[in-house]
Amino acid sequence: MNLQAADFKARAKEALNDTQLQRAVPFVQDRLRSGRVQAAEALGNVEEWRELLSEIRMDTIDNLDSYLEQLAGNVRANGGHVHFASKAADAVSIVSRIAEENGARKIVKAKSMITEEIHLNKHLEEQGLSVIETDLGEYILQLAGEKPSHIISPALHKRRGEIAELFSQAAGRKLSEDTSELCAFAREHLREAFMEADIGITGCNFAVAESGTVVLVSNEGNARLTTSLPKIHIAIMGMERIVPTWNELDLALTMLTRSATGQKISVYVTGISGPRQAGDLDGPEQFHLIIVDNGRSDILATAYKEVLKCIRCGACMNVCPIYRHVGGHAYGSVYSGPIGAVLDPLLEGYETAKELPYASSLCGACTEVCPVKIPLHDLLIEHRKDEVEQGYTPQMEKMSFGAFGFMASHPAVYSKAAKIASAGTTLWAKDGYISGGPGLLAGWTAGRDLPQPAKQSFRDWWKEKGGARDE
Amino acid sequence: MKVSLFITCLSDIFFPEVGRSVVSILERNGVEVDVPLTQTCCGQPAYNSGYVKDARKAAKQTIKAFQSSEYVVAPSGSCAAMVRHYYPDMFEGDPEWSAKAAQLADKTFEFTEFVVRVLGIDDVGAVCEDSAAYHQSCHMSRGLGVRSEPVQLLSRVEGLEMKELPYCQDCCGFGGTFASKMSAISEAMVDEKIRHLESTGANMLIGSDMGCLMNIAGRLRRTGKNIQTMHIAEVLAKGMAT
Ligand code: SF4
Repeated sequence: MNLQAADFKARAKEALNDTQLQRAVPFVQDRLRSGRVQAAEALGNVEEWRELLSEIRMDTIDNLDSYLEQLAGNVRANGGHVHFASKAADAVSIVSRIAEENGARKIVKAKSMITEEIHLNKHLEEQGLSVIETDLGEYILQLAGEKPSHIISPALHKRRGEIAELFSQAAGRKLSEDTSELCAFAREHLREAFMEADIGITGCNFAVAESGTVVLVSNEGNARLTTSLPKIHIAIMGMERIVPTWNELDLALTMLTRSATGQKISVYVTGISGPRQAGDLDGPEQFHLIIVDNGRSDILATAYKEVLKCIRCGACMNVCPIYRHVGGHAYGSVYSGPIGAVLDPLLEGYETAKELPYASSLCGACTEVCPVKIPLHDLLIEHRKDEVEQGYTPQMEKMSFGAFGFMASHPAVYSKAAKIASAGTTLWAKDGYISGGPGLLAGWTAGRDLPQPAKQSFRDWWKEKGGARDE
Repeated sequence: MKVSLFITCLSDIFFPEVGRSVVSILERNGVEVDVPLTQTCCGQPAYNSGYVKDARKAAKQTIKAFQSSEYVVAPSGSCAAMVRHYYPDMFEGDPEWSAKAAQLADKTFEFTEFVVRVLGIDDVGAVCEDSAAYHQSCHMSRGLGVRSEPVQLLSRVEGLEMKELPYCQDCCGFGGTFASKMSAISEAMVDEKIRHLESTGANMLIGSDMGCLMNIAGRLRRTGKNIQTMHIAEVLAKGMAT
């Protein structure tokens, strides 16, 4: 897909014409969402869990300062280094500095959305460092030069044939489409990378404040190798990815894996509380935690505060009908689906993301499944409200809704206007239906017919019946 | 018992037979119906597009129009959800109007919700020899939490064979101005809905929101498919002596 396509609509159109995407996305979506439904049923009282987790997350966000302080203190006490990065660029330069100071050349990475958000790979590669993604999906995308299209299943849009081709190129020999052959190649190749790497970089699913522990959730085990083989481990986290104690972690993990894939728990849950201690058999010599703000503290004081509760489970995109039809790349940004439509404009501004809040029919499927009860579709309306106020919407639309407001508050004008509009549309009508016309009519009739307004409106019928009131 | 009909713009202008069916079903069950003609639109198109100030004007008018009503009934889950969920929010910080909004929210019902929960009726004595699937519209099922009432009413219609619609919880792609603004995606959504509908073999799709039905029917007609769409009130009014 052409990621450079100017706007969401253009990218969406391309996606709609991409037959591979049209097959792959619904397939994966169906699998993940039915997994979530079964897990929710097995849990029984899922609504209570959601309520509880939502409260805990909100409370954590409301007291972020003190939890971050506690976390930082404990990481340091464990022998780790803590860095605060207020902007994406700061986070990147902290990583560069660590690499430079240690003369590092080779980096292995585990899957992490925050590193995508700060475009870490690009910057490190520009600096001459080699960066290898070790999550299978991310590795495929790295070879293809693409971005993830789903939080949990980053390469879901890729066909097996394409993967075989990419791997064959990397291997320098022809590989078949057989899954085990492809996996064997990746394993062999990545194992080498692990052994040679100077630095391992991971994200952080949750950081436990009370013990200064970074917790990683994965199904492939690559995160474990990334954190234990290289001499230096750098964990990068969004400042909101924090839980006060192991009790809250328990709850958050319970909901994260169930909401994401339907698993009771993922294959690996790794807790890292600092570098190797005297007497430890393995582990890195240095441990760095980079806590990234990148616009998050600005969100804290706004109506969008609740997005910070997000635990990046991807459940919202697994039920979203828009995501289902256009896939993740159409969003043109790091985060896709409903959470992306809410988050991207906050992180990047309306200048680049102003269409995303309209990429929703406001059906509410996302809000219904979100394990931390973020009112996603309401926040999309909030964005639209802000876009209207800040002048990002067309003048014509503004005038139309102005006129609507006036008519809707003047009943006599309203019913006259309805009559006139009804009569007017007959201009485009044929056999009782309209299949063309200007403005909003054009959008509607591009793919659908519109019935002609009825000859006698309900009001007129009611008046004729003699039942009028209030006139 | 007295009920004020909140006719909604779509039913008023495009589908008056829906309103007439609601009136006849309510009257037949001993309810006195009136229609305040100072009502206009609930304001949803403006609200969902971000024009909250303009939506508030429509909301105030709606609140005034139904101020003296005992119950307000709308043949639309979406408009009822608008009144019940967003009206109180819209006037936050304005004690006078938020109280009035809350009052209206409390007495507003979607049509099938009113018949089953308030009137306590699940058999209206309708007869309809046909096979149909039911479309759960998003705002009605998620916004109002009204899912079982329409199904209950339809299960008592004599002769009507109800088929289960796969993926019934998925949006049909209407979404108000979304259908026009993002028409290509909206079309892909409604096409998928139609594929699921066709897989049931039903002759008819029944719904409780004219917005969704207008969307699905418009696409069915454009693509030359012969499946009928009907508002639930029209189905329930069938077979009753007039
Ligand atoms: S918004 Fe909710 S559902 Fe979506 S990724 Fe975040 S936590 Fe999961």
